[in-house]
Amino acid sequence: MQPEDKTAATRIEITEDLTIPKLFYMQARRYGPQRVAMREKQYGIWRPITWQQYLDNVKHIALGLIKLGLKKGDKVSMIGDNRPEGLWAEMATLCAGGIGVWLFQDCLIEEVRYIIDHSDTRFLFGEGQEEVDKALSIIDECPKLDKIIWDDPKGMRNYHQDCLLSLKNLVEMGKQLDKDQPDLFEKLINRGTGKDVALLFYTSGTTSLPKGALLSHNNMLTMGRHLMDVDPCKDTDDYVSYLPFAWIGEQMMSISCGLQIGYTINFPEEPETARENIREIGPHVMFAPPRMYEQMTREVQVKYLDSSWTKRKFYEFSQKVGYHVADLKFDKKPIPWYWRFLEWIAYITVQRKLKDHLGLSRVRNAYTGGAAMGPDHFRFFHAMGVNLKQIYGQTEVAGISVVHRNGDIKFDTVGKPIPGTEIRITEEGEIITRSPSVFLGYYKNPEATAKALRDGWLHSDDKGFVDDDGHLVVFDRTKDVFTLRDGKPFSPQYLETRLKFSPYIKDSWVIGHNRDYITAVMCIDYSVVGKWADEKKINYTSYQELSQHEEVYDLVEEQIRQANKDLPEAAKVRKFTNLYKELDPDDDELTRTRKLRRAFVEKRYQDIVDALYSDVNTVHIDTTIKYEDGRESRINTDLQIRKITD
Amino acid sequence: MARTEPVQDNEILLELKDIEMTFGKVTALAGVNLKIRKGEIHSVIGPNGAGKTVMMNCINGLYRPQKGSIYFKGEKINHLNPHQRSRLGISRTFQKVEVFGGMTVLDNIRLGRHIHMKSGIVSGAWYLGKSFREEIEHRRFIEEEIIDLLEIEQIRHKPVGMLPYGLQKRVELGRALALEPELLILDEPLAGLNLEEVEDMARFILDINEEERWKVTCLLVEHDMGVVMDLSHRVFVLNFGNMIMDGTPEEVQNNPEVIKAYLGEEDLYATRR
Repeated sequence: MQPEDKTAATRIEITEDLTIPKLFYMQARRYGPQRVAMREKQYGIWRPITWQQYLDNVKHIALGLIKLGLKKGDKVSMIGDNRPEGLWAEMATLCAGGIGVWLFQDCLIEEVRYIIDHSDTRFLFGEGQEEVDKALSIIDECPKLDKIIWDDPKGMRNYHQDCLLSLKNLVEMGKQLDKDQPDLFEKLINRGTGKDVALLFYTSGTTSLPKGALLSHNNMLTMGRHLMDVDPCKDTDDYVSYLPFAWIGEQMMSISCGLQIGYTINFPEEPETARENIREIGPHVMFAPPRMYEQMTREVQVKYLDSSWTKRKFYEFSQKVGYHVADLKFDKKPIPWYWRFLEWIAYITVQRKLKDHLGLSRVRNAYTGGAAMGPDHFRFFHAMGVNLKQIYGQTEVAGISVVHRNGDIKFDTVGKPIPGTEIRITEEGEIITRSPSVFLGYYKNPEATAKALRDGWLHSDDKGFVDDDGHLVVFDRTKDVFTLRDGKPFSPQYLETRLKFSPYIKDSWVIGHNRDYITAVMCIDYSVVGKWADEKKINYTSYQELSQHEEVYDLVEEQIRQANKDLPEAAKVRKFTNLYKELDPDDDELTRTRKLRRAFVEKRYQDIVDALYSDVNTVHIDTTIKYEDGRESRINTDLQIRKITD
Repeated sequence: MARTEPVQDNEILLELKDIEMTFGKVTALAGVNLKIRKGEIHSVIGPNGAGKTVMMNCINGLYRPQKGSIYFKGEKINHLNPHQRSRLGISRTFQKVEVFGGMTVLDNIRLGRHIHMKSGIVSGAWYLGKSFREEIEHRRFIEEEIIDLLEIEQIRHKPVGMLPYGLQKRVELGRALALEPELLILDEPLAGLNLEEVEDMARFILDINEEERWKVTCLLVEHDMGVVMDLSHRVFVLNFGNMIMDGTPEEVQNNPEVIKAYLGEEDLYATRR
């Protein structure tokens, strides 16, 4: 256990009565105009927003919503990049008694329509022209949608529809109401209890339409409390908010934990500058899905290949030392003094700089969750000296339920339950959870609720087991688990994450349930393989053309052979093909949190699957792909099928 | 779909009167007349070799026409050098990007701001109070107005030479805007861009022209007819140095002579849709 930290923020007791607005009001008055609640990089400069400003903005937006006629329990949706206005809108919704709904910024119009309609949204906060356009195109089909509020004036000069309102005007309305009824805001804050619904969260849904999970104030707050009990943060810490607010992990860090601790939330200038901005801030805590860490790994691997001989030698040395020390730590063995010395050398020569470039130099705890992370990636970060921890959780427990503890990290597990959480494995091997953070049910979907919630236990539909040290091991989604030809169960996710450890591979999809052998559909990383091709003087004009080059097939085959090395005979990949495009959420192949929708891709690429299990060398593809703005383009090509023999 | 006339007084910003320009025995411009009103986007179209770029060069002073006169805000500017004309408020971009490849995006844009610097050489050399304050002020303008408008935050410290062509074009536009011009000459701003970049660039041109903050009059030379007809208030058609007509996009599209000379040839009516 972590020793009690004297500088940790004052512990806040979560009572039945406490709501997010009450806590927010308490913290905002405590920190006042002296402390920075959030920062946003604007016009190249980090601009601070104090708790007082945070409070004032939320107050005026909340009162503006009341003026517009918001009733208790009305749904308010938000869509847009991570920015202070987004968080203000959410907090204001909660303060005014509404229920917050977040949409992914890159949602297609059809998804936006479904969620707005299904959630009975009355007010929508969009960022700028793009979001307003999306909202205007669906407003006729969503009769309950009243007003669309926007805050970025860029390109909005020709929009004069009655249903549109600028955030500025909304704030003015709020200010007016505040003048007329100065005690109204406090009254609004003080009503309600922790049991009330705070957020309606649409789960990404690997199998079906998104389901709306209802989370109470108490769910959110207890979740944050319990995580902070395990890994306390300080109110002087920095956190960078750049992952979609529609993802529960970001809500957990920005609202559940952020509000209790009072750390500073930093918003990047633009999504494209996020990585650079993270480096400038150097956050103390970080929570991201595996793909962010995979991206970092790829970057390091590629830069390594590009660097000079001396640098490569130093890097190899520090890797060797790092891996050895990390393995000693994983095995909970003492580290001899000479290894400590070598580790120090590795630190001052390579690791320190590397961590700085990745923005990880101040990170105390880095978490990964939301999908499976391969042991190779996981060890890679520990070898660099980053305290990376796996978590396990879902939207339905308001974030996470299981996490690694300091000094007790195993790279093939997700750790132990957080305080207040019970984890059990049913006879069928399903992971079930009970805690105060377990959600209230799905919105307008009693069957799904009855299936997920039984006697207070949340049924996750994930298969797993608890190992001898009490760590939870998550195997895979129940329906995704393979049976190999030798009859053993096998997790395709495990194999996919192994394949992805190669910098050349962006995504992979492994097939082989009840089949004679395992096959894979690979998506190359366009920029990395493109650069490799430039150096080899291979000509290409598009992803499609590059992916089908003979040399690229050789390259991918080499990567698969690497991953095949220590796998049991039956689990080795025997055939593969390179897909002509990247897997994309816009084509429904991935969820918005980039999890593979296996059943869908299997149906969509039936031809490819058939070809992989028959005796052919190529498969003909004739299909259309659609872009975010609705445009479509036709693809007509042949894919090679490559066999891998020993 | 053409746009309606800008609701502004019809003040003439730039006027060309009987401009004639010959190179040896080749007549590039044969008595061209053009009036550009304040606040409009005025396009010049014509086949290759029609004399469009020569006309632009005459306006910003790279070439001196042999005959005729050029008036900017009612004042004759024939005798002025390019840098004097840019001080008056005429700024331009080039058909082939002319940026400083080794300098960063920010430095390139700053360069366009040079004309507005008032501190002297001595104070600049020692970076004294006045220069320092001035620089902060201009940097603010560049960051808040230009970089934000053109959405190039993520590349502000990158050397321009390393950027893709589409972004280089954006940087060049940024540099032209840094002058805070009254008249912006855009010489084929869309050439060589892909569909997405064309859409972005068209939006920037509209922003510059319509947004209260800018309200810049634009003189646009472009081959992409779809964009020209969408963006322009007026279109000027040039063919081998002669003006064929000057009118609204509809009038131009329906003029038989224009259709014969230019639009009728399908491959020249190159739109991307």
